[in-house]
Amino acid sequence: MDRGAKRWLLAAALAVAVVSLFAGQFNRYYLGVTIDIGINIIMAVSLNLINGHTGQFSLGHAGFMAVGGYTAAKLSLLFGAQIPPGAAPIFFAVILLAGGLVAALSGLAVGVPSLRLKGDYLAIVTLGFGEIIRVIFQTTESLGGATGLTGLERYTNLAWAFVLAALTVYVVSCLVNSTYGRGFIAVHDDEVAASAMGINPTKYKVVAFVIGAFFAGIAGGLYAHHKLVLKPDGFDFMRSIEFVVMVILGGMGKTAGVILAAVILTVLPEFLRGFADYRMIIYSLLIIILMMARPQGLFAGWKTGRKQAAPTS
Amino acid sequence: MFYIQQLINGLALGSIYALIALGYTMVYGVLRFINFAHSDILMVGAFAAFFLAPGIQGVFGPESIPGALLVFLFSALICALLGVLIEMLAYRPLRNRPKLTVLITAIGVSLFLEFTCQHKGVFGSNTRPFPTLIPAQELHFGELVVSSNDLVVLVVTLLLLAALRFIVQRTKIGTAMRAVSFNPQAAALMGININHVISFTFALGSALAAIAGIFYAMRSPGIEPLMGIQPGLRAFIAAVVGGIGNLPGAALGGIVLGVIEAIAGGLPGVSNYRDGIAFAILILILLFRPAGLLGKFQAEKV
Amino acid sequence: MSTASAKERLLDVSRCTIRFGGLTAVSELDFAVKEGELVGLIGPNGAGKTTVFNLITGVYQPTEGAIQFNSRSLGNLKPHQITARGVARTFQNIRLFPSLSVFDNVRAAIQLHRRHGIVHALWRGGSFKQEEREVEAEALDLLKIFGLDRFRDEASKSLPYGDQRRLEIVRALATKPRLLLLDEPAAGMNPTEKAELTSLIKFVQERFRIAVLLVEHDMQVVMGICQRIAVLDYGVKIAEGTPDEIRRNPKVIEAYLGEPD
Ligand SMILES: Nc1ncnc2c1ncn2[C@@H]1O[C@H](COP(=O)(O)OP(=O)(O)O)[C@@H](O)[C@H]1O
Ligand SMILES: [Mg+2]
Repeated sequence: MDRGAKRWLLAAALAVAVVSLFAGQFNRYYLGVTIDIGINIIMAVSLNLINGHTGQFSLGHAGFMAVGGYTAAKLSLLFGAQIPPGAAPIFFAVILLAGGLVAALSGLAVGVPSLRLKGDYLAIVTLGFGEIIRVIFQTTESLGGATGLTGLERYTNLAWAFVLAALTVYVVSCLVNSTYGRGFIAVHDDEVAASAMGINPTKYKVVAFVIGAFFAGIAGGLYAHHKLVLKPDGFDFMRSIEFVVMVILGGMGKTAGVILAAVILTVLPEFLRGFADYRMIIYSLLIIILMMARPQGLFAGWKTGRKQAAPTS
Repeated sequence: MFYIQQLINGLALGSIYALIALGYTMVYGVLRFINFAHSDILMVGAFAAFFLAPGIQGVFGPESIPGALLVFLFSALICALLGVLIEMLAYRPLRNRPKLTVLITAIGVSLFLEFTCQHKGVFGSNTRPFPTLIPAQELHFGELVVSSNDLVVLVVTLLLLAALRFIVQRTKIGTAMRAVSFNPQAAALMGININHVISFTFALGSALAAIAGIFYAMRSPGIEPLMGIQPGLRAFIAAVVGGIGNLPGAALGGIVLGVIEAIAGGLPGVSNYRDGIAFAILILILLFRPAGLLGKFQAEKV
Repeated sequence: MSTASAKERLLDVSRCTIRFGGLTAVSELDFAVKEGELVGLIGPNGAGKTTVFNLITGVYQPTEGAIQFNSRSLGNLKPHQITARGVARTFQNIRLFPSLSVFDNVRAAIQLHRRHGIVHALWRGGSFKQEEREVEAEALDLLKIFGLDRFRDEASKSLPYGDQRRLEIVRALATKPRLLLLDEPAAGMNPTEKAELTSLIKFVQERFRIAVLLVEHDMQVVMGICQRIAVLDYGVKIAEGTPDEIRRNPKVIEAYLGEPD
């Protein structure tokens, strides 16, 4: 059943490598948007592990992104100058990983105490954690305060964004499609029944939060070295909502749908640039209409059920 | 002295939070979801007053009490209507859907109101100075300086709380509200028109939000379409802290939050973290008393 | 059973009481199940039978009293830990995992006794694949025994009602229990299905050599297969004995059989 998994990952990485060879010819603007897509895929797919597969409801995913982003950015501002150009990729990998790990730690900090809560209460608490994280960054002078961090090196490119996006998809899909990982879905479906089957709901929820936060942190590092500035208000509640909408639009727990939704919702606002005044009004109307017409996601009913969605089966 | 000063300040601020929190909690009581758009209703209330004030004051004279009362009344009516409309158009079609769907829709409605009002054809995103409705005077009690408006806020809130209590406990529609919040199916079987009750709940909550919005605007440098977000979040936290669905709890939560915020906000070093404090309180409460200060925790039946 | 020595008792409930607010749902219950025994727990609706299951499986903690399994206390253990000790259950109101297929419902339960975790799931090396294959085979075997293998890839909620109940039993067995708690497994079944189920329960008990505690509203099912029966009424155990003894017990007749079925 999983013979294809690693191969799929390899193929994705290869495709990305080939595309990045030609990245130089890309229009700068399109290139930027494409990298945005990669970063948003990481965010949406990792949030999908928490909200979709495990059935938690996090409204603070942007907070984890901020933690990872600030960690990586601070490290690169501190040590980037001493790094010889040849070692830059290794350095970047290290600071991304550091960002991911610190974000994972914050995921643990949020996950453990929040576990007693469900549904809207959990949503509020994660929202609260996200806001607290933002306020902390906003008031910490060594992290730039309200102006944020600037002058970052442009480390992120197409290859980084998409290889890491592929890795995120791979990890989430492989996890969910294993005997171990079926526990996530069991917890999502029915916590009482899951624990009666010997599945520890607490453990699964924490693991989902930690892994989800880890990848959000990595995405934050990519984002920082893509936009080259990092501002606390870029990680507000609105940002978290954007990722939640991607997951819902794609259909909770459906990896392929969520990837597609991430692509659409990254590109759509760019198309609406001409209607700048109406852009966000349309966006909010879309959310409402979507929830009324297709609450199971845009692609509900298509053959992208949980089993088919994963690259492993 | 500083603390007493801040305490009074906090009580006034807390009263405003309490008025808003009641709307959150009432809607949660009958529909079991968090109406994210509630924070924008209070913004609309402030803008309604902003546009109504010149006309009404033209008739009754500037800064007159009857004029101010009419401004409050009409703004409350406008918001009540808006609240009912939102429920009918956006939430009613989703009545039997999963709560998460409704929650996201509410977020969508909230964003829609914010972005629409920010549009230059509507209110625009600039901050506008809010007209004086009630002339503020400084009252001196020994060393204590109290703004008369703080007292007005306190008194009006107390009156409204008493009125609300009367409506919920003594009137037919209030009894129906309690019945629906206790058990919607049973209430429907007993012949209660659920839709009426829900509309009434939205009207009532939104009217309170309008009044709170005007009070909030009176204390702020000006009004703009995103002005509802911060007090809305605080009030909503207040509702949860007090025990969501519980009316006295919401009032208590609002006051507690306002006072803590005013006192903490006055301390050097802490004031920067003001925005975080409310959430920190929320998280602590939910961890140690998941049902809130006055709420009852219900275990799931297996 | 008072005659069994502590050693023989697999499950030992002693003087257990639980109150919900003012309501005493189970009151000073003394009750034991021996290794490999098939015991019935009956009583009118609301007597507290499901609550006893919830106490044993750690969903609720007793207000007073203690529960031992295999001579070790279950006090303060979480439900999943109790399952790991060897107690499995089904639910009166079916609680399958709706977004998992029939096959995956069983596989989700098998994970309990598996070593592999996150790292293996990601690396997908040889031993991981070996184990996944074992899990697959094991789940399929169980499904075959219950004749459910033909539904393998269907959504669990699309199964006929009776099959859903049986799938719950399969899923519980997948955790390799020593004691299986069945909560009204025959509810909603017609007489033919009930008869089938009765022999199936007997078969399961013998084939897997496990103890079964059966809560059932239907007297015939219980009388037919149980070696011993305990009767609850308003949370109090009013009788215990062999099916024949129970049938003749006047208290039981009053509390239970007198009630129109
Ligand atoms: N979580 C709970 N909270 C309050 N009352 C409960 C709870 N669980 C069970 N009860 C009450 O305990 C009594 C016994 O219920 P139950 O064990 O389900 O009965 P049975 O399974 O024998 O029909 C009932 O009166 C029921 O309402
Ligand atoms: Mg029962």
